[in-house]
Amino acid sequence: MKKYSIFSLARNAFKFHQDWEKAWRSPEPKKNYDAIIVGGGGHGLATAYYLAKEHGITNVAVIEKGWLGGGNTGRNTTIIRSNYLWDESARMYEKSLQLYEGLSQDLNYNIMLSQRGVLNLAHNLQDIRELKRRVNAIKLNGIDSEFLTPEQIKSIVPMINISPSIRYPVLGASIQRRGGVARHDAVAWGYARAADARGVDIIQQCEVTGIIRDGGRVTGVETTRGVINAPKVAIVTAGHSSVLAAMADVRLPISSFPLQAMVTEPVKPILNSVVMSNAVHCYISQSDKGELVLGAGIDGYNSYTQRGSLHIVEEQLAAVCLLFPIFSRLRIMRKWGGIVDTCPDASPIVSKTHVDGLYINGGWGTGGFKGTPASGWTFAHTIARDEPHALNAPFTLDRFTSGSLIDEHGAAAVAH
Amino acid sequence: MLLIPCPWCGERDEPEFHHGGEAHIERPLEPDQLTDEEWAEYMFMRTNPKGVFLERWVHQSGCRRWFNLARNTATNEIIGAYKMGEKPPTSTIANKQKTATVSNKKPKGVR
Repeated sequence: MKKYSIFSLARNAFKFHQDWEKAWRSPEPKKNYDAIIVGGGGHGLATAYYLAKEHGITNVAVIEKGWLGGGNTGRNTTIIRSNYLWDESARMYEKSLQLYEGLSQDLNYNIMLSQRGVLNLAHNLQDIRELKRRVNAIKLNGIDSEFLTPEQIKSIVPMINISPSIRYPVLGASIQRRGGVARHDAVAWGYARAADARGVDIIQQCEVTGIIRDGGRVTGVETTRGVINAPKVAIVTAGHSSVLAAMADVRLPISSFPLQAMVTEPVKPILNSVVMSNAVHCYISQSDKGELVLGAGIDGYNSYTQRGSLHIVEEQLAAVCLLFPIFSRLRIMRKWGGIVDTCPDASPIVSKTHVDGLYINGGWGTGGFKGTPASGWTFAHTIARDEPHALNAPFTLDRFTSGSLIDEHGAAAVAH
Repeated sequence: MLLIPCPWCGERDEPEFHHGGEAHIERPLEPDQLTDEEWAEYMFMRTNPKGVFLERWVHQSGCRRWFNLARNTATNEIIGAYKMGEKPPTSTIANKQKTATVSNKKPKGVR
């Protein structure tokens, strides 16, 4: 891998950018690997990277049905934060945020992390009490968090409507100043390039059609490009976790729902932070291209269709226009849906399964992007050592049997 | 937006309804006999298929009654509604699955 730097940029500029080497190879799949990762999204590629970097396991294949980052990695609204209420989640997402903070240097790939601050709004007295409680809980976990008055919010987000006479007035907010956004494609591509440089084979356009077992052990996968053998198979297929797990007769507590997001036409800088509201339910930020990136809640029924209903869009745009009346003039350019795998407790599963050598990482719900680095980091540990790291030990599949759920529903500042 | 055929009211727009998750999950008859694994299965584990899904809906802003729906989660095509306590329309589902695999046409149930 040739290092990206100001010098390589200058050198290639003289060659009219015709001579850049490919960011990763596209090798033919080998017959045998030490580990197979099913799913070439951010989480899968991060898993491959940390397997190679932290555990020295480089004879690894990442098998992707479509193209890298073409699923939920390319469909989310790129928000990163670690302001979670429960200790288990706080540790996991804080690890993730810390990895994000050093990721561009670590991967030698600019993931365009912008720690512009994430605000969660309060619209009534109960919201304020709840947010203040959360701010304190988050601080106790050593994570930055502050409570803001409407005037303080206005000084950070001048466009916001803090009039006390609107239907859901803005009465306060919590802010995590280290929160922000990153370029989602760059996260996938950066991990792919760095994993490839350490010897990981990234195989695109190859769909896993079956998981081969011998007794209670995994021995490989059947794919559209033939059988590939490995003693360890890791499923990281957000949006299709249940489908893949069913191939190995593993039952999951997951339901899959469409989640819609959209962008407006691009405008000059107008919103310099991420604003989220649970009560009126929307989240909004401005991309570096100038588009406002909007998202909200899931469509309320199981589906794999990657699209949703218009009344969901209407509700979230109403919320945006309430908070930012000026945005009502903007036109929506694109709208899309992704499929989110949600667990009953709104927390992910990063776990071993009852099948030896089969691991599963999924159920991140609507908040998977922010978890990408820690997800890969802990999952790589789980695969390499065949036991979870302390960070993901609470996020096992067994918790649904033992009852020790991590109930982030309603605790995660936004519906989650 | 889905156009959902309520067995009592006929076809109505999706916002009138609320989804109630997977259908035909039976409440345990002897709850004190259940193991932790059986509780987990009843409480949390779901089939979540990519294909025909039997699910419950309630016509919240209409007759307020619950019913079952057979719907294809890969296309959103609605195969049919049936009342609580009735058996799912297995023959229609089987036919639909056959045509779906043969023709792989554009979905119909989405409007």
